[in-house]
Amino acid sequence: MFKRLIDLRMGLFLAALFIVTVAVPIGNLMMEGKPVPSYAVALLGKYLCYALLAVSLDLVWGFAGILSLGHGAFFALGGYAMGMHLMREIGTRGVYADPVLPDFMVFLNYEELPWFWLGFDSFWFAAIMVMVVPGILAFVFGWLAFRSRVTGVYLSIITQAMTYALMLAFFRNEMGLGGNNGLTDFKDVLGFSLQSDATRAGLFVAAAIALTAGLLISKYITTSKLGKVLVGVRDAESRTRFIGYRVEGYKLFVFVVSAMMAGIAGAIYTPIVGIINPGEFSPANSIEIVIWVALGGRGTLVGAAIGAIVVALTKTLLTGWIPEVWLFALGGMFVLVTLYLPNGVLGAVEDIINKFKSKPEVPA
Amino acid sequence: MLKKLLLTFAFVAFGISANAQDLETLVAQLPEGSYSDRAKVVQAISQTGDERAFAVLEALSGGNLHFHKSEGIIVEVREIGGEDIAFNILDNTEIGPVGRRDTKKIKVNNGLRREISAVLGNMYLQNPDPDKRIEAANAVFKSGDPAQLEALDAAISAESDGEVATALVEAHAVATLNSDAPAAEKLAAIATLRERGDRDAQGVLSKFTGDADLGEAATTAIAEIEKVQKLWGLGQNVWYGLSLGSVLLLAAIGLAITFGVMGVINMAHGELIMLGAYTTFAVQEYIRNAMPELFDYSLLIAAPLAFLVAGSVGVGIERGIVRHLYGRPLETLLATWGVSLILQQTVRSIFGPNNREVGNPEWMSGAFEIGAMTITYSRMWILVFSLIVFTGLLLLLKRTSMGLRMRAVTQNRAMAADMGINTGWVDAMTFGLGAGIAGLAGVALSQIDNVSPNLGQSYIVDSFMVVVFGGAGNLWGALAGAFSLGVANKFLEPFAGAVLAKILVLVFIILFIQKRPRGLFALKGRAVEN
Repeated sequence: MFKRLIDLRMGLFLAALFIVTVAVPIGNLMMEGKPVPSYAVALLGKYLCYALLAVSLDLVWGFAGILSLGHGAFFALGGYAMGMHLMREIGTRGVYADPVLPDFMVFLNYEELPWFWLGFDSFWFAAIMVMVVPGILAFVFGWLAFRSRVTGVYLSIITQAMTYALMLAFFRNEMGLGGNNGLTDFKDVLGFSLQSDATRAGLFVAAAIALTAGLLISKYITTSKLGKVLVGVRDAESRTRFIGYRVEGYKLFVFVVSAMMAGIAGAIYTPIVGIINPGEFSPANSIEIVIWVALGGRGTLVGAAIGAIVVALTKTLLTGWIPEVWLFALGGMFVLVTLYLPNGVLGAVEDIINKFKSKPEVPA
Repeated sequence: MLKKLLLTFAFVAFGISANAQDLETLVAQLPEGSYSDRAKVVQAISQTGDERAFAVLEALSGGNLHFHKSEGIIVEVREIGGEDIAFNILDNTEIGPVGRRDTKKIKVNNGLRREISAVLGNMYLQNPDPDKRIEAANAVFKSGDPAQLEALDAAISAESDGEVATALVEAHAVATLNSDAPAAEKLAAIATLRERGDRDAQGVLSKFTGDADLGEAATTAIAEIEKVQKLWGLGQNVWYGLSLGSVLLLAAIGLAITFGVMGVINMAHGELIMLGAYTTFAVQEYIRNAMPELFDYSLLIAAPLAFLVAGSVGVGIERGIVRHLYGRPLETLLATWGVSLILQQTVRSIFGPNNREVGNPEWMSGAFEIGAMTITYSRMWILVFSLIVFTGLLLLLKRTSMGLRMRAVTQNRAMAADMGINTGWVDAMTFGLGAGIAGLAGVALSQIDNVSPNLGQSYIVDSFMVVVFGGAGNLWGALAGAFSLGVANKFLEPFAGAVLAKILVLVFIILFIQKRPRGLFALKGRAVEN
């Protein structure tokens, strides 16, 4: 079991992640002069959420051949579910000090809490919704799409339409979710103030744990018998069907798991950055996730996580120094990776290593 | 007084008869005598046929006509910037500011005012310019003044222009309703207004729904007008839908070609549209500076250039990137997305991030009306343009050897290659053609949308929806898809609002794809996927 889940690259990555997860909070909270500034903790936490999101996309794209251009939607839905709980936790500390209604509802003259906000005052209810809401959307969408054998670019395009439609919907004030401002001004989570360094560090650790769990669960799924069938679906869907597998079922299962994982990533992301707004649903965001996976190495899980962290870090640095260059860099990355690195950076590195060892390559 | 004497003398000297007095003399007589004398002068003024009579009578009716004591002439006093300024009523020259004591107002009472308005209406109704006559008739329609009935009768019997006659009859109907004419005449008037069938007629009729004799007729007429209005509203919605459909068609048709023939999803398609729009902007800038007289032709000049610019960028994309990724549609999708980001940023770096002003040539601005529908020229020309592009493309595909090759490659790439078709070259040309058409779309869209680096982004999802809905590889599919989505969108809007309508259409397409995964007009074939 252990050997199956933790191969060399997974082991190296998890070890590195563990060291960072221990070192960053210590550097921020316990050492003199704060060698790790507080903003860096939040930034790293954000990257880890992106990494988990990338892993969730790699699970469907790398192993089942489903290129979802709407994974940002699951991420954002998870974020919104957590955001709703955080809004309810504000209580009377809002600008209008309404004990029940969040500020934007008072502003928009709501009389009472809309029905879908009920229950979100409980953290555990919200925590379940974080997985259930994206899961249900993925189930309904996937059930419809896979059953009628919508595949390839058609599937990609309608997933893009899905996130686009959701973006338009969430921009509406009538949606009851804050319109284009989204949900923000959070005060605390589970009673811990979001402004304090300790909470930030705690969220960072939570992101790291979630990423580790996500990686291990994905690895477990992909190395199981079910995972083998998925790879069969990816490489020759019709043939797999002819052999007698119910392809739809396999795809649906992995799609729903992946959506839930993306939802969790969004749920941790929201308190870290302090805001969730409809911009997260934009189709461009969802495509950016794809480049994380493609750059790191499709079908490698660990590579997807590394790709997300590297691209997000590059984005932070470049948009800070020379903003005009960022889109050139991102665009160039898309072109170069697809043309020259079909297996991503991790795949290329392992190819080179394998050449030195001159051992036949084993496909993932 | 001396001046008047001199004038009279002059007339006698030049032998002009006293009956056909000219305006100068008559105006000079205005300050004198009683109200009834003044009424006679007003009548006489209306007979002169002088253009300036309108200004005189209007000023008189408004109580702005004064006798300037020191100058000895009749002036109109206008309040400009809190100061009373006198103007010579006859030649409109400025005399200068006047105090209360400098002038004496030429008084009018209600009887005289009524007289003037009748006379004026009459004069307007007999204006030689038909547009002015319609304007006059519409003014009577609005006022509904029964005093104008006689003038209208005279004008109707003399009118030869059909359009003016209708306007006159309708004005007559309103005036009749307001007069004390017998009920039969009024019922006929209601029938006339029902014929007219617009909101104004409805407004007039709504005043008579409580009337004992006319109430019933007025109510049914209003109901009928409402029915007609609903039909026009429907027509207007269809027009809006067709207009949106033409925009979608332009945006999607190039995509339908690249996707259909080559199976390539070109995510940079929106940016190629944007390049077309910026080409239009650049051409217009050049024309504005170098040869402004050609401005009305700027779009015609920009169209071929936009085709070339976008087309060559398209060929570049195909040769540089897409060519290496055939058989890997998802990778193509990602690589072209990268290209779209690069193009966007390039344009942003060159032209700046803000909206650029692209002007409408004369023939593209303004609007005209059909019944209760308003149709703007820009939208109409875009519809025409989209159909021209569509037809041209259809002919190219069906009637030329180039088109034959393209279709051969669509249907069976391997066999086409075996028959000696250079599929690589066909691919490049097809991609270039699709891109060039995106450029043409950009020229059209620059007329109705903001030209900014984000222009393409706003069309990409919509144009994909059109292609997916219509079915790839079929131009008729793109046509049907574009127009049905456009019309559906506009029909949902009144009930659901613009955003919700769009969401509903998207949801509909997502569900539709489940039923027909290859769109409305799918290419029939026996090939197994993958």
